[in-house]
Amino acid sequence: MKSIKDLAEIKKNTLTNVNLQKDRKNARIVVGLATCGIAAGAKPVLAAFFEEMKKRKLSEVTVSQTGCIGVCRLEPMVEVYLPNQEKVTYVKVTEDMVPRIVAEHIVNGNPVQEYTIGYFEANNNN
Amino acid sequence: MALIRSQVLVCGGTGCSSLNSQGIYDRFEKKIAESGLSNEVKMVRTGCFGLCELGPIVIVYPEGSFYAKVKLEDVDKIVSEHLVKGRIVKELLYHDIPEKVYATSLNDIEFYKKQMRVALRNCGVIDPEKIDEYIALDGYTALAKCLTEYTPKDVIDQMKLSGLRGRGGGGFPTGTKWEFAYKSQDDQKYVVCNGDEGDPGAFMDRSVLEGDPHAVLEAMAIAGYAIGANQGYIYVRAEYPVAVHRLVIAIGQAREYGLLGKNIFDKGFDFDIEIRLGSGAFVCGEETALLSSIEGNRGEPRPRPPFPAVKGLFGKPTIINNVETFANIPQIILKGAEWFASIGTERSKGTKVFALGGKINNTGLVEVPMGTTVREIIYDIGGGIPNGKKFKAAQTGGPSGGCIPASLIDTPVEYDTLIAIGSMMGSGGLIVMDEDNCMVDIAKFFLEFTVDESCGKCTPCRIGTRRMLDILERITEGNGKEGDIEKLEALADDIKSSSLCGLGQTAPNPVLSTLRYFRDEYEAHIFKKTCPAGHCKAFAKYKIISDKCVGCGLCAKGCPVNAISGEPKKPYLIDQDKCIKCGVCMEKCRFSAILKK
Repeated sequence: MKSIKDLAEIKKNTLTNVNLQKDRKNARIVVGLATCGIAAGAKPVLAAFFEEMKKRKLSEVTVSQTGCIGVCRLEPMVEVYLPNQEKVTYVKVTEDMVPRIVAEHIVNGNPVQEYTIGYFEANNNN
Repeated sequence: MALIRSQVLVCGGTGCSSLNSQGIYDRFEKKIAESGLSNEVKMVRTGCFGLCELGPIVIVYPEGSFYAKVKLEDVDKIVSEHLVKGRIVKELLYHDIPEKVYATSLNDIEFYKKQMRVALRNCGVIDPEKIDEYIALDGYTALAKCLTEYTPKDVIDQMKLSGLRGRGGGGFPTGTKWEFAYKSQDDQKYVVCNGDEGDPGAFMDRSVLEGDPHAVLEAMAIAGYAIGANQGYIYVRAEYPVAVHRLVIAIGQAREYGLLGKNIFDKGFDFDIEIRLGSGAFVCGEETALLSSIEGNRGEPRPRPPFPAVKGLFGKPTIINNVETFANIPQIILKGAEWFASIGTERSKGTKVFALGGKINNTGLVEVPMGTTVREIIYDIGGGIPNGKKFKAAQTGGPSGGCIPASLIDTPVEYDTLIAIGSMMGSGGLIVMDEDNCMVDIAKFFLEFTVDESCGKCTPCRIGTRRMLDILERITEGNGKEGDIEKLEALADDIKSSSLCGLGQTAPNPVLSTLRYFRDEYEAHIFKKTCPAGHCKAFAKYKIISDKCVGCGLCAKGCPVNAISGEPKKPYLIDQDKCIKCGVCMEKCRFSAILKK
């Protein structure tokens, strides 16, 4: 890499992946894999997403790990970015929840409300 | 077996029946048969839903669509639209009970709305093991901008203009620190990143290193360019294996792309970074001890001056910045010093990350603009205190800091206001305490920590903190004497003024600040032999409420010292002389008949 142009080139090629705006072109699933997430069991969840993608041959969907988003008490957390949709935050995700998230949300575009942060918070008040 | 796709529930209660729900049922059956859906749709006649005024009621599952006041002609539409085409007939739905709307995105949660993410901007967004994703969100553009558009002096001016102050605890202006190193003439200079995060409860540095390691690498290269250094070291705890792993990957990727190494961006600037692992000694977060540890020596501090900017690592000019400080820097270069200076308050610019812990609903990591009040952080973002308890105090700055009592909850969080009230920003651990926390015990906890972590080089810290802890232990065990508070204060003054490094100079702070705001609790322990919060075991008294006791004997069976006696079916009694206050009886009792005072 020798110039800003080279940087811009990489940026152009990768931006579709990490674009967080609604105008993004493809689906992106991120699993929080910082120490807090790993301790809460995020690794099998990430693996389950990979498995599910392979099973359904969803090669255009990016599945990625990411760092701590700050709500460590609700880990493992998964965020789903779909084109033309607000991002959706799933909390306390387990492997068993993954097939349903993929089937209903990724494939059919309907977020699984019971797994989302707002639903959890409203129904698990201390 | 036929696959049932939908179920249509028609109310067959008296109310709806009188409104011809049977006719509606028949019509559904007929229409469904006409549409050829008889095998896929199941009709159910239900009992009363209890909403007779809205009858006739029809509910279609799996959607759970609630059709109210259904007329015969509506049936055709529900069948042709909803059952055949899968489109809910919205205009026929009952609307007065709005369906509960849940926030599905983290962005819509209160916890998130008041935050402002600068240092943590990429955490939870990018894959930290992919440099391309960092670059896609303008990563390394700040470094490119510095190398192509700015002179080192310009970079330092930008840092000074931004008003950025060290996020590791001291709050020293970053630009000024860089300028000292820039002005020191030498053939070799160093940039060091302090990732030795040791405060109990603080974990923002770990989070940044795990979630956005390239931001730190980029900022270190910028610092290197500014002060004229070509070598950087990241000192990180070995207890952070994930952070170390991702740093190793990040450094490898940056080297591969030529963003670290020789002749970066063809501008003749060389810079490389190595990792040094710390073994978890708290004192190694102190800059001179940290440098000594990198050099391969025992992690012990040395007197300053000379400051590291003049004589640091291997005797060469060195700047040491904290992880969070570095994480801010690429954004300052990209968005401009004025932008950064516009956030926060007069003397504290930008944002600060806090690790919320203790008695708070939303434990986790938050980033807020400087000047946000403690109340906003605890109640609006942190979600308040669990179980409806009362807020008592918040401890910031860990073992070096102090507490903020409930009366000062509206204090804006800034470097100087916190110091003025006897606390400090510290690295950003914020531990919340409620009415059940004993402040003497809290002070004792932090002092235990510093006694353990004192490196032992200087006497005031090594022996002085030990003596203070002895007194605190005596007080919490019920053996406090008149004059103990004065002794604590005298010792604290001596330790603060004569210790070699920051660890000792700040170690008495938790005691001093709890004495300042909760002196009455100390006095209650010493003179009244009670613990107002009911926390200290030595003062606890367990009593059986005879009205509630059914005489089951479970408490007596559970008592490890046979202090409870009684006859079956009659109230039992605790022998206070034998009781060791373990609390087992209270756990065992199923009738809440045991009281702790």
